[in-house]
Amino acid sequence: MSKRVTYIRARSGWQVIDLQELKEYRDLFYFLVLRNIKVMYAQTILGFAWAILNPLIQIIVFSVVFGRVAKVSTEGLPYALFSSVAIIPWTYMQEAMTQSSQSLVQGQNMLGKVYFPRLIFPLSPAFARLVDFMISMLLLSFVMFWYRVPPTWNLLYFPVFLLFMVMVASGVGMWLSSFAIRYRDFKYAMPFVMKMLIYSAPIVYSAASIPAKYRLVYSLNPIVGVIEGFRATLLGTPMPWDYIWPGMLIAVLMFFTGALYFKRMERVFVDVI
Amino acid sequence: METAIKVDNISKRYRIGVKEKRHDTVGGEILHMLISPFHNFRKYRSLYRFKGGVEGIDFDAEEQASPDIIWALKDVSFQVPPGEVLGLIGRNGAGKSTLLKILARITDPTTGYAEIQGRISSLLEVGTGFHPELTGRDNVFLNGTILGMKKREIEEKFDEIVHFSGVERFIDTPVKRYSSGMKVRLAFSVAAHLEPELLIIDEVLAVGDADFQAKCLNKMERIGQEGRTVLFVSHNMAAVTRLCSKALLLEGGRVVNSGSAHEVVGAYLNSNLGVTSARRWADPEKAPGNAVVRLRGVRACDEKRVVREAFDIRKPIRLEMSFDVYASGRLLLPHFTVKNSEGVCAFITVDQDPEWRRRPRPAGTYVSTVMIPGNLLSEGMVYISVYCIALNPDGMMFGERNAIAFNVYDNLEGDSARGDYAKDIGGVVRPLLKWTTEYRPGGERADFSRTATEG
Repeated sequence: MSKRVTYIRARSGWQVIDLQELKEYRDLFYFLVLRNIKVMYAQTILGFAWAILNPLIQIIVFSVVFGRVAKVSTEGLPYALFSSVAIIPWTYMQEAMTQSSQSLVQGQNMLGKVYFPRLIFPLSPAFARLVDFMISMLLLSFVMFWYRVPPTWNLLYFPVFLLFMVMVASGVGMWLSSFAIRYRDFKYAMPFVMKMLIYSAPIVYSAASIPAKYRLVYSLNPIVGVIEGFRATLLGTPMPWDYIWPGMLIAVLMFFTGALYFKRMERVFVDVI
Repeated sequence: METAIKVDNISKRYRIGVKEKRHDTVGGEILHMLISPFHNFRKYRSLYRFKGGVEGIDFDAEEQASPDIIWALKDVSFQVPPGEVLGLIGRNGAGKSTLLKILARITDPTTGYAEIQGRISSLLEVGTGFHPELTGRDNVFLNGTILGMKKREIEEKFDEIVHFSGVERFIDTPVKRYSSGMKVRLAFSVAAHLEPELLIIDEVLAVGDADFQAKCLNKMERIGQEGRTVLFVSHNMAAVTRLCSKALLLEGGRVVNSGSAHEVVGAYLNSNLGVTSARRWADPEKAPGNAVVRLRGVRACDEKRVVREAFDIRKPIRLEMSFDVYASGRLLLPHFTVKNSEGVCAFITVDQDPEWRRRPRPAGTYVSTVMIPGNLLSEGMVYISVYCIALNPDGMMFGERNAIAFNVYDNLEGDSARGDYAKDIGGVVRPLLKWTTEYRPGGERADFSRTATEG
């Protein structure tokens, strides 16, 4: 067994992210993600069916309200289809961002009693909620089959946007969790902010409704890129890169700065619980 | 040989709460409420922000100057060689748990440096990470990885772990349905199967019933014997003296005593209770006694006449009392009363020296000594009261209740009266007596239907 030496001293300023250490703790990461998944629907009758019900009901409601009543234009696509391909990635991001931001607060008992790389806290929900996402994708494939949407080469972009989506959720999670542990206001702000954020991306309406001069600013919101990307990937429409690349850059930036900021503030977490 | 743990001037500062200012007027209170977001922000931020550097800081001065700052640890330094079991003792609030948290890397020190060789496993709580909704099986894996084991390791040891805990039948039931005893047994079972180079344990033995505590102690003892380094914090002094070779005493964040476990524990217990194992009355006017005789000193020493605070249970103890006789011609009977920590009298021993039996004592200085043989007293604190009576006419000359006290410990080396038994043993005395056994081979099945008086 290799002789490991641990050095303990006061840290200050920016820290290097120890990837070796993260690799060593991957078993723990796996079990924490597993725990997150199992516990979410514990003692429910419907179990994982809830992963489908949540987006399904939203789709139905939005189809009626925005599709029939308000008659929002959706570039010729049936409203149910239009919103399904957007609501499912959005549900993932909403759940992952909310849970990730609360991860340190919820895990404060473990935080104060045992050491493991703290980055595991915000990253666990981001991965655990992918299970819900995949189950919902199953539902989506039925909807697509129903509307006879043909599979196209765009489907090859799926892993790209999956990565993009996870980066957005983790990046936001890492930033927010390091604030939420110090200032508990975030627990109250999140549900409200999420309700507003749904309108910041083309989920219930089409991006074409946004005037051209605002397009760049609009696309800086990484959620826009994720939604438009998934829509084009799954429906085979031409990939609207104009809406995607600004968000991608922002997402990558948020992810790396989020990790660095988290690492920098890590040393105070336990002292402020 | 490299040291397993090297701690160099570690200090830790915290900010604690102070009483909030109350306003006298309603207007004042309302204004305070309105601008409270600013106050709150500064308050929460100040939990981890401090002004000024930390080099060469005067801990006590800063604590005096700012009532909301507390230095939980002040320049703590020590070294632990590999394979040593070190006990960390001290009053509540002395800084023990803070030190453990720093060594377990849960929190950063404010200044100082520490170096640890090998894999660290810290047991600051039993069942960390246990989730009530998950089954025992899931929780074993979760808790195991939290404590530092790899998935494969846990899979290999899984059956052993479950068997040791005794909850085999319920292993696939959610843990929220377990009794608290079952939870603790399962959690400890996982921890018991760790194989770290350095094990840090914080008072986990405080939970669970007596049976469980004994199990923990046995396991810990075995870990120490396997040559692993253990850092053990506990209030159970008996456990500390039994399991630890060395101990550190923390008080107010500083290391105030270090050395062999029984000495440090003995001194700590004595200082806590305000007694020592040696006492002198320098001024005869104030010494216990009367015009006939005055007690001048009492002490407990080992065979080499060295005063000690703690004694090995197997070794003899010398009790000495020195007294001055001023009026000649009285028959005096000095005696000691030996009591345990509960105040129960173990025995009284009266001066048996044939030289002075029934002999009137001339004036002068006397030192009367009695040797308490090894393997007689029980483990724990022993309180000695000193008396002297006179005969014909009878009267009490001097008496000093609980004059001195010392600690009796058992190192569990196997040749004391407790043998290999590690649990707590009662009894006011613990003599080592001789046992013999008769044995005849063969084993006819006895017919137990007959009553006891027959056969």
